Amino acid sequence: MRARGIVLLLALCMLPFRLMAQEVVADLSQYRVSIDARFDGSQILIFGAIKRDGSPEAAEPVDVVITVAGPPELITVRRKERVAGIWINTRSVDMTRVPSFYKIATSGPLPLIVSDETDREYRISIPRAVQAEGSGADYDGVFPEALIRIRSNNGLYALRENAVRLRSDTLFRAEIGLPANLVEGDYTTRIFLMREGELIARYETQIGVRKVGLERFLYTLAHEQALIYALVSLIIAIFAGWSASALFRYVRG
Amino acid sequence: MQIYLPIAEVSVNAFLLLGLGGLVGLLSGMFGVGGGFLITPLLFFIGIPPTVAVATGANQIVASSFSAVLAHLKRKTVDLRMGSVLLAGGLVGAAAGIALFNYLKTLGQVDLLVTLFYVVFLGIVGALMAVESLRALRRVRGAKGPVRKRKQRNWVHTWPLKVKFRTSGLYISAIPVLMVGASVGVLAAIMGVGGGFIMVPAMIYILGMPTKVVVGTSLFQIIFVTSFTTIMHATTNYAVDMALAVLLIIGGVIGAQFGTMIGYKLRAEQLRLLLALIVLGVCIKLGLELVLQPSELYSIAERGQG
Repeated sequence: MRARGIVLLLALCMLPFRLMAQEVVADLSQYRVSIDARFDGSQILIFGAIKRDGSPEAAEPVDVVITVAGPPELITVRRKERVAGIWINTRSVDMTRVPSFYKIATSGPLPLIVSDETDREYRISIPRAVQAEGSGADYDGVFPEALIRIRSNNGLYALRENAVRLRSDTLFRAEIGLPANLVEGDYTTRIFLMREGELIARYETQIGVRKVGLERFLYTLAHEQALIYALVSLIIAIFAGWSASALFRYVRG
Repeated sequence: MQIYLPIAEVSVNAFLLLGLGGLVGLLSGMFGVGGGFLITPLLFFIGIPPTVAVATGANQIVASSFSAVLAHLKRKTVDLRMGSVLLAGGLVGAAAGIALFNYLKTLGQVDLLVTLFYVVFLGIVGALMAVESLRALRRVRGAKGPVRKRKQRNWVHTWPLKVKFRTSGLYISAIPVLMVGASVGVLAAIMGVGGGFIMVPAMIYILGMPTKVVVGTSLFQIIFVTSFTTIMHATTNYAVDMALAVLLIIGGVIGAQFGTMIGYKLRAEQLRLLLALIVLGVCIKLGLELVLQPSELYSIAERGQG
């Protein structure tokens, strides 16, 4: 009776609680990124520890995958073709909910760490992350491929395998570089704890990227008080033109 | 020193922008052109989005034209009545140009439109100017050959709605003046230029205006038309980048003053030939981009959140 009870308890531990055997405790070096006039990119340090209970399966080695995704955008990808001797945009595809920025850091080769099902469910790899809902079959894969290629060349998308450093299977850290051509918004940071392709724990937080100071002021003015902004631009231009000619007249006597 | 531009949303070197503004200012001072046809393609080249480049280019021209028109007003070489009629046409043209620009932006063809306009107009004007200045240089060297007299009466004199333009010494129909103004307005809106390089030849060869009032009058018109396009681009596209404009303007006004000094030291024909070569160079560079296969066939346009 008692032995059966223990076996039952163990079985219960094996099934649903197996997922609870580990937990991710993480922190970021900064939760706010301020874009001011001198902004030239930034590095975010993501670090943490894997908290385990005493169960034997919790002691098995794990892998860590960290993703940082920029705010989703509505974009159009266009393709040029030669028409009457010149190259012009002909075909185009609209894509929704495409991250403006997407970087992944892993503790090992991504295809080995993350199973295909997990990837599909949580959209971890770059091709899965840019794939919009329901649009997968509507168009051929060349447009998303081109999107990934262009954004990778611009430093907006990247996969860095082995960039997460794991110590004693407990402590992890990774740096994610934010480039200078960053857009405003909330950047979703996800940490996945994987074992043999299966997700065992995850953690999610947001990094707020905001324009501040003069950048904030000009951007808000340009969008909310467009006419005043235009008139101020003109007054600056006219004043600069007038003062330059006045100054040089004065210099020449 | 990198600076993050709030509207263009890119980080660029501030000294590069000052230098670009200075270089274009130098040329505009030397040749008496606004320099918009050079600054806009150069901004494309350093990675400023085309809509921001066109809109901010218009703002920069206001600054460079304003200091020049002050000097012309002082010398009384501005035909205010002619300028006002040109301006009336210009505002209509600019409004139409902005509408066309925004429509093509939704179709994804705005880059093509801007480049085509550049290739066609720079090609025509550059070629005409090169031929004309070469002929003038040969004439000076040979000091012979008859100086062709400009035709005194052409179709602009036969149309109705005649107006007296005292400063220009003309009594001609207002319709061709409005047409010249309107076509320059369209160019200003689409190319982000003042349009002086089109308007000056049109004023001399079509309207028959005396050369001494041409530059001042065209500058007068350009200031108002580019101010109007700046306002239109700022309120419909939110594409005027004040930080970018200020850096270009600072470089530009300083460069323009030095350009004027260099301009005094060169002969007019040599100056025109040099300008023609620069114009043709920009034209060929942009033309090749249309004809040669680009290294990346795909492009991405952000259309907002979501």
